Amino acid sequence: MLAALSGLAGYNTLLVTLGATLLGLAAGGAGAFVFLRKRALVSDAVSHATLPGIGLAFIVMVMLGGDGRWLPGLILGSAISAGIGLLCVEWITRRTRLSEDAAIGAVLSVFFGLGIVLLTVIQGMSSGRQAGLEGFLLGSTAGMLASEAWTIAIAGAVTAASVVALRRPMTLVAFDPEYARSQGVNVRWTDLSIMALVLLVTVIGLKVVGLILIVALLVIPPVIARFWTDRVDVMLIVSALSGGIAGGVGTVVSTLAPGLPTGPVIVLTAFALFALSLLAAPRRGIFAAALRHVSTQRRVHLRQGLLSLYRGEPILDAQTLAALRRAGFIRADGVATKAGRAAAQARAVDAARWATLRSLRGDDPALEAHDGMTDMTEVLTPDQIADIDRVRGQLRGVA
Amino acid sequence: MLGAEFVQLSLTPMLIGILSAVACALPGNFLLLRRQALIGDAISHVVLPGIVVAFVITGTITAWPMMIGAGVAALVAVGLIEVIKRLGRVEPGAAMGLVFTTLFAAGVLLLERTDTSAVHIDVDHALMGSLESLIWFDATGWGSLLDPVALAGLPPQLGRLLIVTVAMVLFLRVMWRGLVITTFDPGYARAIGLPVNWIGFALVVMTAIAAVAAFDAVGSIIVIAMFVCPPAAARLMTNRLVHQIWWSVGFAVLSAILGYILAGYGPGWIGAAASVSAAGMIATVSGVILALACLFAPERRRAQQATA
Amino acid sequence: MSIPALTLKGVTVSYGGRPAVFSVDVTFPIGSMTAIIGPNGAGKSTLLKGALGIVPLLAGEARFFGLSYQDARRRVAYVPQRASVDWDFPARVIDVVMMGLYAETGFLRLFRQRHRDRAMECLSRVGMDAFAERQIGALSGGQQQRVFLARALAEAGELYILDEPFAGVDAATERAIIAVLKDLKAEGRTIIAVHHDLSTVPDYFDRVVLLNRERIADGPLEEAFTQTHLQSAYGGRLAAGQVADLAARVG
Repeated sequence: MLAALSGLAGYNTLLVTLGATLLGLAAGGAGAFVFLRKRALVSDAVSHATLPGIGLAFIVMVMLGGDGRWLPGLILGSAISAGIGLLCVEWITRRTRLSEDAAIGAVLSVFFGLGIVLLTVIQGMSSGRQAGLEGFLLGSTAGMLASEAWTIAIAGAVTAASVVALRRPMTLVAFDPEYARSQGVNVRWTDLSIMALVLLVTVIGLKVVGLILIVALLVIPPVIARFWTDRVDVMLIVSALSGGIAGGVGTVVSTLAPGLPTGPVIVLTAFALFALSLLAAPRRGIFAAALRHVSTQRRVHLRQGLLSLYRGEPILDAQTLAALRRAGFIRADGVATKAGRAAAQARAVDAARWATLRSLRGDDPALEAHDGMTDMTEVLTPDQIADIDRVRGQLRGVA
Repeated sequence: MLGAEFVQLSLTPMLIGILSAVACALPGNFLLLRRQALIGDAISHVVLPGIVVAFVITGTITAWPMMIGAGVAALVAVGLIEVIKRLGRVEPGAAMGLVFTTLFAAGVLLLERTDTSAVHIDVDHALMGSLESLIWFDATGWGSLLDPVALAGLPPQLGRLLIVTVAMVLFLRVMWRGLVITTFDPGYARAIGLPVNWIGFALVVMTAIAAVAAFDAVGSIIVIAMFVCPPAAARLMTNRLVHQIWWSVGFAVLSAILGYILAGYGPGWIGAAASVSAAGMIATVSGVILALACLFAPERRRAQQATA
Repeated sequence: MSIPALTLKGVTVSYGGRPAVFSVDVTFPIGSMTAIIGPNGAGKSTLLKGALGIVPLLAGEARFFGLSYQDARRRVAYVPQRASVDWDFPARVIDVVMMGLYAETGFLRLFRQRHRDRAMECLSRVGMDAFAERQIGALSGGQQQRVFLARALAEAGELYILDEPFAGVDAATERAIIAVLKDLKAEGRTIIAVHHDLSTVPDYFDRVVLLNRERIADGPLEEAFTQTHLQSAYGGRLAAGQVADLAARVG
């Protein structure tokens, strides 16, 4: 890895790595907004819709007597057709009864089909210089020209900068479109500019990652970020960073051995980060969630069991019995222990306190925390509870 | 145009195209209504890793291991999507995009790292298929349809797709009520005791079978297009599900025939020499049909949209 | 006393670590007509969905006519929230009502004329027989709700469970629905409905369950629909005068 960076592998590799990192940052940032708008797969339609543009640009450039492979020209063509694809998705969703997923599926398959038709046209062209347009399907950084690497690095930087510049209105729209509208943000235009960023990332990524896999760089980083935070601004940063890491590390790894295509390695790096997050994230990760489920279930049974003990009702539920036994509140034969009787008494007092608070001050904010399982002592101060107990005593005295 | 040459060169590719289109469009109707149109997309992407793994394990490129590999990959993908959705509480679209790109990437990587120089699997083929090459060598004319020797030489894809299409029709017939009610109102379906999850799973399995069988013959582009475009266009023609299914079959057949003819003979009409990809053209035609439906079909608007 | 139509015991449903409904014990006697009321987010719909097995229970159980839901399913008819389905689905009104007959005909048996007749009869009970061939997306909210009720009628259950049957419907629909429900009650059937409009509770129902994650109170109106209980369930969300007013109408 150091060898790759220290220039042994060459100036181009360094440039491509830099470009891929910037691309990843930009993709992670733009992807976060798309993700928050719940439109992750719109980027799939955008990326597939680049293909006819690439084909047409090639044909036009050859017909004008130029080199069909000129990267900026191909990027321009792909951007135009991807833009048309995007507008088609919007138009179908707004103007017909079809839902967005159907519009995405239709646009991506039809544009891609048209692109394939154009590729076969190019294959049959007398110029014959079909020249690895298939490289755009899966990306290839091997044998990339320095000028191409520069194009990618600069465009990546521009996109990353645009994400930073536009983050405020985009965050507003992604978080709460209605509120954004009330704040004078043009939601439709902001949505379109989010999509324009997606489009930009896609066309830059074509050469590095390829059009089938670029969608991964837009989709996976925000999913990773969502596991680690609930805050939009933090999520944006984490998403961009994960994209950058995937882009950079993936590119470097792919230069370490021959036959490691860049795009797939970048995607698999991103997936590795995702898998780690899925398993280990502190609140939303699988382990954390499973632990929480078990502990909630146990607390529910314990609580129900104690209330039944207090009321002297028979307990039949096996899980409840097990929970009580484990806590030492009942003996093996089901008779309550001393600790069990005390705990049952405490639960009953707590339930009575909540009931008093509710009838006394039904709008008390503390009631929001009341889910049947939280002790009042966790929410209110001893003084406040003493107040409630006083009222409770009075009520009982009256009755 | 419809002579012996047609029977030998065009009849079987056309039939295979039609059957592929219909086999995919049928389950596509329910995927569309369940907002799962992109499941077809995801499944067709993971077919590649499936066949590569099958090749690595068996070392051959015969049809059955490939199809089983692709089918297993499709089920793995669907399972993973479900797991990530449920356990990670990730939005369905994002979960889908995550899984199919990752599996596709793994497939490409494996393909590059495996010595496949001796055989012909490549990404292009997986995408575009080779519909044009599925010709009927043994046919000498229409009479060959009655000649058992010639019939034995039919491309095996034709028979497989015929079986899959028939299976699809039977599946829809048998599961019709369950599919309709779990699609329309899953909460109610659960309350009256329908196995909602199992019916959804069965639909996805049938989708995978259609995708794999069609993929083998025509590549994944047609597969994705046929899952979405004919049912979507059909939805805009009618407000009755049964009619929608019939329309979708009609559109699928029309796309296949028109697309094949345009790809094979279209370039000649405008003076170009070579033909173009039939799979790509069939997908394109299905898109044109959908576009026309979006513009002119009688039921293209929602009830609220119509009054608004 | 006879076996109740529905008994909930310790029913707890949790969404992501926090109970939406905690340890609810309630009994619904046969022939009663009960409103489940409580503020937004009190877990009213969740309670019913948990009982019907649509969402999993974290703890507790629901017994229908003394049986598990599995065994009593044919005797229970459920009307989901209208907003829970996609009304753009390509189906006609009659198609939706016929879904109520699936439990009887199974997956494969063809519908016969008598099935069709029964569906039409259920539609006319809710005043929608003229709309049988309409596309469901073209109906008003109230008409959609009546179609859902007709589907439940087609099931010919003994216990009707309705989730917000009066949400967003016009006055004519509300009258039509309540008339049907009162007929059902007169036939000895049991009705449980999640309800929002406290002012109509005394006119429509004879029992009430007050819910706010926990059971606050349940029983006949005069016992449970009291000022104290309403205050506990709704807290500051109801003006005190309003509560006194409502309770006075019952008392």
